[in-house]
Amino acid sequence: MATQKYIAFADIPAWLEELSAAQTVYAPRREGKAVVYRPWQKGEQPELVERPTESAKHIVFPRAEELFRFNYQQAPETGGSKKLSLAEPADPAPAVVFAALPCDTRGFLFFDPVYSGSGTNGKFQDIYYLKRRACTTLITRTCRAPLATCFCNWTGGGPANREGADVLSTDVEGGLFLEALTEKGEAVLKSAALSPATEAHISAAQSSRDKAARSMGDAPDLGRTPPALISLFENLDFWREQSAGCLSCGACTYLCPTCYCFNITDESNGISGVRLRSWDACMFALFTLEASGHNPRNGRAARLRNRVGHKFSYYPGLHEGRFSCCGCGRCIKSCPSSIDIRRIVQNALAATEASRG
Amino acid sequence: MSLHTELQTAIKAILPDVSCVIGWSGGPDALRGAPLFMRSEDDVNNFSGGFFAVNNPALYLPEYKGSKVAVVAKGCDSRSIGQLLAEKLINREEIHIIGFPCQGVIDNAKVVAALAGKVEAGQVTAVEETDETIELSFPDQTISLKKTDVMADKCSRCLYPNALISDTFVGEKREPAITEDPYADLAAFEALPLEERQAFWEKEMSRCIRCYACRNACPLCVCRDHCAAESRNPEWVTQADGVREKLFFQIIHASHLAGRCTGCGECQRACPMGIPVLLLKRSLSRRTEELFAYRAGVDAEATPPLLTFTLEEPRIQEREW
Ligand code: SF4
Ligand code: SF4
Ligand code: SF4
Ligand code: SF4
Repeated sequence: MATQKYIAFADIPAWLEELSAAQTVYAPRREGKAVVYRPWQKGEQPELVERPTESAKHIVFPRAEELFRFNYQQAPETGGSKKLSLAEPADPAPAVVFAALPCDTRGFLFFDPVYSGSGTNGKFQDIYYLKRRACTTLITRTCRAPLATCFCNWTGGGPANREGADVLSTDVEGGLFLEALTEKGEAVLKSAALSPATEAHISAAQSSRDKAARSMGDAPDLGRTPPALISLFENLDFWREQSAGCLSCGACTYLCPTCYCFNITDESNGISGVRLRSWDACMFALFTLEASGHNPRNGRAARLRNRVGHKFSYYPGLHEGRFSCCGCGRCIKSCPSSIDIRRIVQNALAATEASRG
Repeated sequence: MSLHTELQTAIKAILPDVSCVIGWSGGPDALRGAPLFMRSEDDVNNFSGGFFAVNNPALYLPEYKGSKVAVVAKGCDSRSIGQLLAEKLINREEIHIIGFPCQGVIDNAKVVAALAGKVEAGQVTAVEETDETIELSFPDQTISLKKTDVMADKCSRCLYPNALISDTFVGEKREPAITEDPYADLAAFEALPLEERQAFWEKEMSRCIRCYACRNACPLCVCRDHCAAESRNPEWVTQADGVREKLFFQIIHASHLAGRCTGCGECQRACPMGIPVLLLKRSLSRRTEELFAYRAGVDAEATPPLLTFTLEEPRIQEREW
């Protein structure tokens, strides 16, 4: 049977210290009004009240990463033509994310098929992503109660969702009940800092999870969303109205656990340099800007249409109907203009309902 | 009639003459408002000004150029409008300004700080507003906060609570929050040794995710889609994820706003990572006010000092060196 353990809140630093010996442990830390995942520091008690502002995405998918270094050398034997040498980056170091949110953990499941080459029968795999993903252990923490912006249950998740987690931790009186869900999870629970879970812990955790699940409101039926968004594709008036307040910044996509777009830049200094992959966002003007100067997503109405359409229509079309939004609500909570993706989806359903007659 | 009803009446009165009226509505949670673009009487019924009307509607004005729009403006919003006018980025005759006496707006970062360790601000289910307080309901408790404790800093040092330019002014004008130097608070930070200030910025900017919400929320950023920070050709700023580049961008923004920034604070409010970027801009604003005897946005007729050339600046005594 899967390992089940208990740890008092006060003992968490001791456990994280032990884990830190073999890997980088990322834990939520409050910095000003933001809560961010930082490499855990000795003695630190992680922030466990306020949920993290950012998702844990950047730990597996860094904001900018080196794909390789290149160097041109003048090769005399080829009569002056240049010889190119490439150097691969070192393999990523193993990492543990402590207190990932259930929605964020689930968010990686939307990356996985794209980065493991599902569209090419596995032919084109993103080794950079896959290597980091394989060496990252996710210790998920069941949410206690939703924020006003949370809607994980609309898109198939929930505050006690365990999909994608290596360990699911749940608050019980005075501490966390921990259960291993994978082999990676078993490994991090082999620790002297943890004590065996009692029957009381097991049932307290169960009622915590039930309470969390009940705390979510009813989820609307979003089944008709993919075709609704397709039928509104050319309706720019609809998208102008939805995006009237939008700033076209990247706060939504960069905080989103499921946005995975990137750009590639060769940054060279003379004859040597580095090929960088860095985050990109469909809300930016340079996104999909073509060499001709044409951009099919010109202006913020078309950009916002892409963000919503991708998550609620195009992705489901390619991946068995699953929305690529885990309902974490970060794009709503952190939008300086209070754009609400839930409302856009519901407006799209209402607009197409009206035209259906 | 309450100020709220008076404002709604004024908005409804101008509605037939304009393509839209820009104001505020409630937002995705009870502690946040949202910009509202009113085109019908129904929309006006959703209008909600007051303590949660934080967004600066001036931001949107340039894109409506060529059609007539109306805008509901707080004192600080009117300074942004004033500066847009001074720089001829919008046309006065295309804009109808509805001013009112602003009582200050919320700073959600302060609410988060006030609740730290107790409960998450985002769990709020309802908010009751009284003259002095906001009463926040959470699933297991209610918490009362004094408005003055969670009001934006710009409001506690506000010199212009009444819209400086308006076509319709609704309500009784108020006295400003202060009459003395609005930059007095900068002294403590500026007195720190250079190394400490550098360390402060490196720590704060290390949270930056390069989302450029700060830039895009700024009503006076004129480049936005053509920003040096993102340009690939030429490539001015590396895409590497380093503090140096992030701070570099803030310095680009601050210097492009020197003598133009009105201190509306939208850059800092927009930052999802809570980085105090307004501090840099205010420091430059104070310098430009001292050097050029010009306060951005206060006089829509004045020529911004860095957009012109004078042989002799009144406060720069070059020949006496
Ligand atoms: S789209 Fe918004 S709610 Fe959905 S996963 Fe992304 S940030 Fe969360
Ligand atoms: S700065 Fe002045 S005008 Fe602006 S919101 Fe605060 S009190 Fe109102
Ligand atoms: S730099 Fe910040 S404070 Fe200054 S005008 Fe722009 S948004 Fe307002
Ligand atoms: S809004 Fe904040 S996080 Fe985003 S680019 Fe500006 S300083 Fe960085």
